[in-house]
This record gives sequence, C-alpha cells and structure tokens, in this order.
Amino acid sequence: MKIAVLSVQGAFIEHEKMLSLLGVQSFEIRQKRDLEQEFDGLILPGGESTVMGKLLKELDLFEPLEKKIKEGLPVLGTCAGLILLAEKLSNDANTYFGTLPVIVRRNAYGRQLGSFYTEEEVTGVGKIPMAFIRAPFVESAGADTEIIARVDGNIVGVKYHNQIGVSFHPEVTGCTRLHEYFLRTCQVHSKP
Amino acid sequence: MNDNRYELNKELAQMLKGGVIMDVTTPEQAKIAEEAGACAVMALERIPADIRAAGGVSRMSDPKMIKGIQEAVSIPVMAKCRIGHFAEAQILEAIEIDYIDESEVLSPADDVYHIDKTRFNVPFVCGAKDLGEALRRVNEGASMIRTKGEPGTGDVVQAVRHMRKMNQEIARLTSMREDELFQAAKELGVPYDLVQYVHENSRLPVVNFAAGGIATPADAALMMQLGAEGVFVGSGIFKSGDPKKRAAAIVKAVTNFNDATLLAELSEDLGEAMVGINEQEIGLLMAERGK
Repeated sequence: MKIAVLSVQGAFIEHEKMLSLLGVQSFEIRQKRDLEQEFDGLILPGGESTVMGKLLKELDLFEPLEKKIKEGLPVLGTCAGLILLAEKLSNDANTYFGTLPVIVRRNAYGRQLGSFYTEEEVTGVGKIPMAFIRAPFVESAGADTEIIARVDGNIVGVKYHNQIGVSFHPEVTGCTRLHEYFLRTCQVHSKP
Repeated sequence: MNDNRYELNKELAQMLKGGVIMDVTTPEQAKIAEEAGACAVMALERIPADIRAAGGVSRMSDPKMIKGIQEAVSIPVMAKCRIGHFAEAQILEAIEIDYIDESEVLSPADDVYHIDKTRFNVPFVCGAKDLGEALRRVNEGASMIRTKGEPGTGDVVQAVRHMRKMNQEIARLTSMREDELFQAAKELGVPYDLVQYVHENSRLPVVNFAAGGIATPADAALMMQLGAEGVFVGSGIFKSGDPKKRAAAIVKAVTNFNDATLLAELSEDLGEAMVGINEQEIGLLMAERGK
C-alpha cells in the first residue's frame, strides 16, 4: 500500500513519520508530475488552508486530485485538510474540493491562545489524544455524513464514504490509531 | 505556561513549515500577502529596510495598527517586541497575537537579559546566529527559531552564514560520543538536556526558519536547500517593483525548492528586486544584538 501526502505547505513530514511508524510507504505531492504514480490513499495535512488551496490550483494539482477524490480515492484531511474537503465554509467565501458534505467554521476556537489538547472518543478508533491548533470545527453535517467525534458538543470528526475529516492534528500527538483507521479504509478500497 | 501550552506553541510553528512569513505594514499589504500565499504575516510599522534608513529607536508597533491587520486576514498574525522588553510582549499577548518575535530588528530594551518566555501563553520566535544562541532562546521558552541574517539589506550572505553555522554545530553534536556532550553544553552555554536532544535527533527541538536578507525566489530556494523549514521575507517583498508577483513566486519557490526548471520560470519578469545593501556598506549589524 502506498499513501500520497499533499506536501505543498504545512505539517506533511509529521504524517509521513506516522505512516512510516506503521510500516506504510508514502510519498510527497508537490507538483503535477508527482501524480504519475499509483497510490491507495491521500492525506491532506495541517497547515494554512489558504496557502494550500492556492498552491493546489497554481501547481495544477487541484483538478486531478478532485477527480480522484470524487472517484472514491480514500482521503484523510486534518485541520486545514478538513477545510480543503468541506463543501462550504461558514466564515469564508472560498471553498476548495467541496467533496465532503459539511459546513466548517475556520479558526472556530479563535487565535493561538484558544488552541488546546484533549482526549476524546472517535467512533471506530477509541479514545485518542487530540491537538487543536487554531482549529476549525464542523457546524453541520449532511444527512449521509457520519459524525465520528465530538468535543464539548462540537463536531470535530466526520466520515463520508471514503473521506475522513478531523479538525484536530493526529499527526503531532504520537498516537497512530487514527492513521490505522484511515489505512483500513484504504485497504478496503484497494481490494478489487 | 504549562507543558501543553508549550507543545501547542511548538506545533503551531510546525503548521507554518514549508511556508513564507511576510512583513506587512498595513491591512492592504496583509491582504496582498495572504492572497499571494503567505502562511502568516508579521505586522510592523516599518519594514527593516526603512528602520535601517530612518535610524533612531525602533519600538513595538501601535496595537491599533496590529489589530487592523488581525481583522484583515485569517492567517496567523505575528508582531515584534524589543529584545528583553517583557512589557511590550505582555501588550502583544493582551491583544491575542498568534506569535511574538523578540527581534533584533527593533532597538534592544535590555542588553543583558532576554524575555523569560516561559511566563507567557503566546508563542515566541527568536533569531539566532548559531546553535548556542538558538538553544539559549529555546531554554528561555522560544517555540520557534529563525536565523538572524541581516534584516533590511536584501543581502542573503548572513542568513546563509548563520544557517550553515547552525547545521555544522548540529552535525558536530550528533557525531559526538555521549561523554563529550557535557563539555559541549558548557562551551555552548546551554543546558545539557538540550544538547542531548540535538545529539539524539540531529535537529533543533523547535522549527527553524531562515530570515534576514531573502529577496528573490532563488534566495528562498537556497535557504530551503540549506535546511531551513520555511522563510521570513521582510523588506524583500514590499520594497520590490511588483510585490504581489514576487510574493507569489517566493511562496512557490519554497514549495518546490529543488526544482530548478520551475524556479527558472518563477524568477522571470518579477520586476525590480529591492535595491539592497552589501554587508560591508552597513554601519549597523542588527544580528549582533542579543546573544
């Protein structure tokens, strides 16, 4: 199995380290020719969504990735990655892939002083540590979107077909369980 | 500051990696920077080149001006306070700045002591010329480091010197026997546990950006190839002929710093670069402030 990690900006190396801990091969997508190889899943990391969204378009990555996601390629979006997947943002006119039927609020916890750690249950994963850094949350989710995690009543994790979006950063806490959960989705998808 | 807060602050710097942090002096410039793909902006009244030209004492910016920039953009907003000026830092924390730069670009307020950054909840980035400076700042609570370079010059030579020096010293610590680390800590003037961290991990305990004199996409690519995890561009953008285009080109150069064909395209038609001053032509070495 091979996982692609969008690496135009942000904490992509952290995701690669998690995958390597799990013995899974990964590679970086920085430009169009990186898409020439086959892969079984895609990770959209934490970082600045405005930067990633702009670079996706200007480096001609947007359309090919959008097509793959729509065709069912498993994808995990963390923090900024969730914003890239969201169908709508409640406090920003921009949208990016728009493949995940949720409305997301950017910087929902305010500035850096609002950043926090917690531990909470994720459906199908168990209780895991969560780092929220200038994080968004999901304001509302479409009827077919499964809510997999809440913190203080706010939706912080969703799953829709092969798309998983979380508003926290599983890549910085040293706990690989959410990645394992994502890899199971990739495994099911890549089996004929 | 509890341990969680420090971890979260270091992690915010991790989220900025592979990005460009741009100096801006107005909400309009902040918007241009955000649209060009800046991962954060540094709000300040005068960019380093103008501080250098104006001379005199340079201080923290007007909080109202910083708030105007906070309202204009959704990306993190940083601001500078003087070295050792913890009251300025308290003010910046009160307006919920995302990152404080305790910066040699401003006139130092204390020529002996840096701010005890462990007393703050907001994160700090500090400049460093070598590993000793970097680890002393980390020990004081900095959650991100940048090379000092020489701000406001458009001359990349000092940023290169500082990055190479830091890398050489990291490589030296990494290759040492463990029983040599105690003496290394003494020589660097830093605590043993930080030396041990570098020895084991072959890197600083925090994210390290390049700053001070970066003016072109090629400069940015050079610093990334030398091991910077992102870049600060101060005067280089808004002192150039076409800020929007240059800013966007530097952002792309940082993402694809190893692709010379793309860098060639990005370097075309950028208009005039900031004029720049060579290191021999300047009277004031800001990098010598705060060690």
